[in-house]
Amino acid sequence: MARPLVSAPARVARGESFEVKALIAHPMETGYRPGENGTMLARDIVRRLVCRFAGDLVFDMTLSPAIAANPYVAFRVRAMRAGALELEWTGDNGFAAAHRVEIAVG
Amino acid sequence: MKRLGAFVLAAACAGAAPAQTVDGPRRSGFADMGPALQAIQKDDLANPAMLSVALGETLWAERAGAAAKSCADCHGDAASMRGVATRYPAVDPRTGAVATLDARIAGCRTEYQQVPPPPPESPARLALLAFVSRQSRGLPISPAAGPGMDEAAAAGERLWRTRFGQLDLACAECHDARAGAKLAGITIPQAHPTGYPLYRSEWQAVGSLERRIRNCMTGIRAEPFAFGAREHTALETWLMRRASGMEWEAPAVRP
Repeated sequence: MARPLVSAPARVARGESFEVKALIAHPMETGYRPGENGTMLARDIVRRLVCRFAGDLVFDMTLSPAIAANPYVAFRVRAMRAGALELEWTGDNGFAAAHRVEIAVG
Repeated sequence: MKRLGAFVLAAACAGAAPAQTVDGPRRSGFADMGPALQAIQKDDLANPAMLSVALGETLWAERAGAAAKSCADCHGDAASMRGVATRYPAVDPRTGAVATLDARIAGCRTEYQQVPPPPPESPARLALLAFVSRQSRGLPISPAAGPGMDEAAAAGERLWRTRFGQLDLACAECHDARAGAKLAGITIPQAHPTGYPLYRSEWQAVGSLERRIRNCMTGIRAEPFAFGAREHTALETWLMRRASGMEWEAPAVRP
């Protein structure tokens, strides 16, 4: 169900930074809102986004309840060798999603 | 909320201008947004409505129902849907009545796939609608013509000019006569349905034109029409004629 939209170039120049954009469907329920019967809605957010490139950790973000629904994250990465860019989202209620993009260098 | 209501009321009484169709050039709500939101709509990888389109793409190819058919089994590639969203509402040949695109898709599911359609405004329903609408992006709105269509548009125009609710306001009083003016600091749009279903940041979700109209009706403290009601079809027919020739933006982003 949670199918992320990820943009990253298929081929990059060695050592040159490129942009990775990642968007994922998620309600990001804050835990501070009352529901229809007046009781608080339980928090349901994406807690963490981790990105690895060729096995190395290149980006690690902790998300908070203040982040809007469908979190959009963009960051820059530099590649010295070819490899797979792997993004992993984890969150409340066992939320997990992953996406993989192969990137060639040269 | 009380102050907002009083403001709407004051605005309604202030000008004696009769309800009329927009003077001057027509403007999509896109033109009234800030550059940040415009950038989100223009970039498919930042536009959250594209998540709905992506789900729609999956559903398009998924076999469902007793017939075990997918949309693609009959319609083939989604490119065959190019232009469809700019024509609707149109007469449904099976029933002879004017139907919205959303109602046609629901009808397709019931009749050909033999599966109950997803409930109105559910993610799956909006996703298919968004995916089909997306195929027409960039085309001019070109509403279907014909006698049944004229009647629906006339009924829609009547509703457009009818005062509703405790605030006793007609759509035309804001969106024709006072478009471009401010309501509680927000520019009143001309209300052209150029990008539905769209992602509204106020909703933090994708929603249909029916949801948007129901929002407006709650704002004037009227009882909103039910999802799928004839009134929605009529209003949508009228709005599409009013926006005829404007560029189709779906899925758009709005504040």
